[in-house]
This record gives sequence, structure tokens and C-alpha cells, in this order.
Amino acid sequence: MLVDRRRPPILLANARIIDPSRDLDIAGDVLIADGVIREARRGIGAAGVPDGTEVVDCHGRVVAPGLIDMRAFIGEPGAGHRETLASASQAAAAGGVTTIVCQPDTTPVIDDPAIVDFVLRRARDTAIVHVHPMAALTKGMKGKEMTEIGLLKAAGALAFTDGDRSVTNAQVMRRALTYASDFDALIVHHTEDPDLVGEGVMNEGEFAARLGLMGVPRAAETIMLERDVRLLELTGGRYHAASLTCAESLEVLKRAKDHGLAITASASINHLTLNDNDIGPYRTFLKLAPPLRSEEDRVALAAAIDSGLIDVIMSDHNPQDVETKRLPFAEAEPGAIGIETMLSAGLRLVHSGELSLIKLLKALSTRPAEILGLPGGSLRSGAPADVVVIDPDMPWILDPTELKSKCKNTPFDEAKMQGRVVRTIVVGRTVYEYV
Amino acid sequence: MNIAPKSSFVLSQRHLLGIEGLSREDITGLLDLAGNFVDLNRQVEKKTATLRGRTLMNLFFEASTRTQASFELAGKRLGADVMNMSVQSSSMQKGETLIDTAITLNAMRPDIIVVRHHASGAVELLARKVDCSVINAGDGSHEHPTQALLDALTIRRRMGHIEGLTVAICGDILHSRVARSNIMLLNTMGARVRVVAPSTLLPTGIERFGVEVTRDMREGLAGADIVMMLRLQKERMNGSFVPSTGEFSHYFGLDEKKLSYAKPGALVMHPGPMNRGIEIDTAVADGAQSLIREQVEMGVAVRMAVLEALSRHLPNA
Repeated sequence: MLVDRRRPPILLANARIIDPSRDLDIAGDVLIADGVIREARRGIGAAGVPDGTEVVDCHGRVVAPGLIDMRAFIGEPGAGHRETLASASQAAAAGGVTTIVCQPDTTPVIDDPAIVDFVLRRARDTAIVHVHPMAALTKGMKGKEMTEIGLLKAAGALAFTDGDRSVTNAQVMRRALTYASDFDALIVHHTEDPDLVGEGVMNEGEFAARLGLMGVPRAAETIMLERDVRLLELTGGRYHAASLTCAESLEVLKRAKDHGLAITASASINHLTLNDNDIGPYRTFLKLAPPLRSEEDRVALAAAIDSGLIDVIMSDHNPQDVETKRLPFAEAEPGAIGIETMLSAGLRLVHSGELSLIKLLKALSTRPAEILGLPGGSLRSGAPADVVVIDPDMPWILDPTELKSKCKNTPFDEAKMQGRVVRTIVVGRTVYEYV
Repeated sequence: MNIAPKSSFVLSQRHLLGIEGLSREDITGLLDLAGNFVDLNRQVEKKTATLRGRTLMNLFFEASTRTQASFELAGKRLGADVMNMSVQSSSMQKGETLIDTAITLNAMRPDIIVVRHHASGAVELLARKVDCSVINAGDGSHEHPTQALLDALTIRRRMGHIEGLTVAICGDILHSRVARSNIMLLNTMGARVRVVAPSTLLPTGIERFGVEVTRDMREGLAGADIVMMLRLQKERMNGSFVPSTGEFSHYFGLDEKKLSYAKPGALVMHPGPMNRGIEIDTAVADGAQSLIREQVEMGVAVRMAVLEALSRHLPNA
């Protein structure tokens, strides 16, 4: 997106400032000018600001760094009917997300520097929030030959991943990890053994058995994660587990972190707020890959966000249209949209007492910025003015027709929510305002 | 003539999508009604006029001989106009075919649609798109409620009751809709249910269905009143779930020796079609303790009962 530095300054007055990058939670004002945070402290007041400043009274609402969504599937190029960079960015802005990290499983696959360049230009021209692509880790995401990691990174690829596919060949993974470490490139990996997934379409267990659906065992994830950890011990380099879902994986992750490996991990907002019982009468909007797990797993994931073991919460935004979802459960495509509802859904964890607000925001902004090497995720002076204003308590009911995303496959269809984004600012410009 | 008395029984729901959700009263009511139809079906004059003017559609997305024939006869004996549709759809467009077919057929104003589909939950999905009553004739590995009802009727007529009986269900539990429906029905009616299978053919979490689980036929059949065998699909026989048909039949195939572990005179059931020599020996299948042919007879009566019960919900009924 284009930055207009002539925009008038904004003062977000009477705010509850939460800056997870400094463990700061204070009452105060935030002054934004020239596309950056000038100050965030107590008592700036309307008196001490430049002439022409737009003063926004926040009435005690939360002001925090804009969210950075580390995993969103967008259809551009190739599947613009599902989502374009423009529509995704509208949805993101409404959800307080100021940076989208899009996945390379487009058509064509983002495995060539020219396509990275295309996405960046297209986003600059059409999107209202920051967009950074991840590039494919292997050519065509086929899991066989590594991509031009150096050139792709130079072109602007933020990390390397095969999206929702796992690299099953351990030798390919080992070489990619080794080579990527020369460029300090981050590898993000979907840890799910496709052979163990087999015909599975939901979490293996009682509910799958009752619905007559084949199950995906937790071991499909844990075995792949364990393999990657062993490889990482050999190769060094930076590795991020794209979407962990079960308690057993947390043990593997903890051991790897305790050994000092450069490993980080995400969990999706869906796996943190829903479980396999929510699938109920074959609701295909809750068909995900990896699948929703049990309530015990969900609780363990939330605790892992609280302890910092899992670093990042991402939306796993995956727009699917009616034709791919209005099918028998086993035949429907997996995936749910989420970029627009991620914060409100995350606030469920705050209201239920499972997570503090600052820890939620840390996993949604500061940690992804640190892992991806992005300048956001902070309200320090000089940080980019990517800011979200949140009313953490406002009650509302999700009406899918009001969502900005082109597809409406939300698992929170008609759900009661508490708390929402009321303003989103990107580089000092208000891109979303709730009225 | 109509020998079925006008009982006051009304099923608690408009569709029959599964045994799950049926109460003990629902099941008993359906079995009582079905009992009357057994007598009717043994007469020369087998027709009634209960469903005269009504249209019954058999919509089968998966090949079936006996279930489809059974529903067709049941509908005709109740006086309905019966239409059979076998939809052999391409593997690519199955889902669209399902919804589109449902909407298309619904526009022809049927009163009851009987559906079989290879995907679990497909019948429920279809039921949401139509105005008429829907009967699940088997959806994937989920449910096959009329099979469980006909099994229950067969047992009840022979034993006089279901409560307190020990029933061993043996074979491919993992993929079996018959097993799921039967477990739920038998539990609801107060029977004691055991499942016997190699671990690869047991779903994770089966112990939470209120059944005893064993991998050994001798243990599973000990003291059983009823031995219910399941069909093992050919594509699951060789190496993928069990090593070979030979090994499966050695450990789990019901022969006279294994049957001797059960209560003397224990009754043998099979939903068909049978793989003779694999899950069941011919001597047992055709032997004195076999109820297999009677199951087929009860099938027509049970389906007549279900059709009649659901028709009481139809407009102008």
C-alpha cells in the first residue's frame, strides 16, 4: 500500500495502552504522525500536539499494535473468486490485522521471484493493509526440489513454506533447512504426515466414530514435528511449526526449545477456540486441516499461548466458496475464514480467564513481528503507526453477510461475540472504523 | 384389506435419519407396527391403501439389491407409487449431484424419499434441502436405521424380548453403519452389546459407545444369545486392514466351532450380502441357528412400518 506522509497527525486520547513489546499496560495517549508512533505515554493531552491533529477520544478503550496474521490463504493470483488481495485486506482491516502474510499455494505457486514481485505490486496497488508473501519451500510445492531461497528472499519473500502440505521426504527437508540457514531464511512447515492422515477428515476419537467419519490421529502431527526437530538438530537454522493442534506436540516443542533450537510455533485461532465436538451435525465449515482436536487439546494450546511455548496465534484464513463446502463432510474442502474474527474469537479466551489480554495481543502482534523480522508489533516511538483500537467488551452477533471476505465459510456463523475492533490504522491512516 | 390396526403411535420425528435420537418408545412403537405387517405379508392379498396417492422415491447413490427391493416392495404393498433412481455419479461431481438431485426431485413433490449414499452425513445434508420426509437407507459408515430395526424385530420375534440379551457384533466395526445403528438400538433397548474385531477394524473411542470390546471370538461369543456377523468389504481384506482373507477368516470367520463358544442354540445374523467362507461359513449361514433369511423377511415389514409411521406426519394425512 502507498504511504501518504502528508496525512495529519492523530492523537488517540484516553486510551488503555497495551504494548506487549514492552509489557506495558497503562492509561494514556498515543500520538501518531508521519506514519509512525511519536509517543505512547500518560498525559500527552490535546494541548501538546501539533496544529491540525485529529483527536480521537478512545473512552478508555484499548490501543495496541496492529495484528500480524502469519498464515492466510488468499486466492490471488489464480483464484480471485475465493479472495483477492483487496478483499482480504478489507477483511483484515475490519479485524484489526495490519499485516497479512499470505501463503504460496496460489496459481501459479509463489515459487519464482517474479511472482513475489507481482504479489507485492498488486498488494501495493489494491490492498489497504501491509501484505507480505511467503514463498514455496519446494518448486511447485511438490516436496521434491528446493526453490531459489536466496533470490526469493531478496525479492521480498518473508519465509518459506509449502503451505498446507508437508514435505514428506526427510532428505529434501534436511537440505532445505541447511541451505536456508545460509540466508537466515525462516522455514515454516505444516506438520502432518499425509499417509497417517489417509482417509481421515476429523480428529480421531469418539466423535469421529459416532459420525462414521475416518479419523486423523494426533501422531500424524507429532511424528512429523518430531522428525523436523531431529533434522533441525543436524542443520541449525530457523524453523516454525505452522499449526500445532494437540497436547502431545507441545511436549515435542518444549523439548526442542529447552535444547536451544531456533524453533517457534503457531496455533490457529480455530484450534484455540473450538473443538471436535463443535462439528455437531457434519458442519463442513468446521472441517479443517489439521483437524479440530478435543477440548483437552484446546485447553492445552491456550495454556501454551499463556506460557509462551506457542509463540503465535494466526487465522489460518482459508476462503472456500459454497460449491466446495456444501458437500458431504468427507468430500468438502477443509478450511475456514478467520482473519476478520480472529481478535474477537481470541477475546473469548480473555473473557473465559484462560489468557490475559496482553498475552493474547503479544501472540497476535509482537511475536509474529519478531519471528518474521517485521518492524511492527510495538508502540515504541518510531515504530510504524500500525495500530488497532479495541473495545474488549462490546457484545455482538456475527452475521456472515456482513463479513468483508468474499467467502462466508466462518465457523463462528451466528456466534455471540464479546469485544471487537473499532478502529484500524495502517501507517497513520485509518483504514477501518466501526460505526 | 388392512389388518394393521390404527394404532395411535406417532414417531417423534419427520425423518428417519438414524437410530440416534430415537427413544425406547419410538423403537417399540415401530416394532409393534412392523409385527402387524409381518402377518399381512404372509397373506395372499398383501396390499393396503395407507399410502394410496403418495409418491415414494428410492434414491440410491450406492448400489444395493436387497435394501432397494425391500423399500420398493414395502412402498407398493402400502399402495404408494414407487420410483427407483440409481445415481451412478462420477467421482468428481458427487456432491453437486447430491444437492442438485435433491432440489430437482423435491420439485417433483414426492412424499417420502429413501436415500442411500456412500458418504457419512450425506442423507442428513439432503434432508435439509427437501420438504418431504427422508429415510436413511445407509449413509457411509454412519447409520443404517432400518437394518437395525429389522434386526431388532427378528430378535424380538424369536426371543420374545431384547432387554437382557447378550449380542456379539463381529467383524468390520470401523466401516460399518450396521454396527453403529445396532449398537445404539440394542443399548437403548437394554441389551448387552459386545463388539469383536481385530484392532485395525475398531474405531478409536468405541469403548465409549457402551459396549464391551474384545479381539477374541471365544471371549466375545462366550454366553452370547445372538451372534451378528458383518460384511468385510473386498478392498479392505488384503493387507490394508487385515493381512488376508485367510487370516481374517481363521480368527474371525464364524464357523461351527466358534459358534459353539456362544450359548447353546445361539442365533446367527448377517445383514448381507455374505462373503461365504470369509466372515461366515456356509454350514452356519444355512444352519438351524441362522436367522439370515428371516432378517430379509422382517426387512419388508419394518420398512412398511417406517413408511406408515412417517406418513402420519405428511400433510393431509
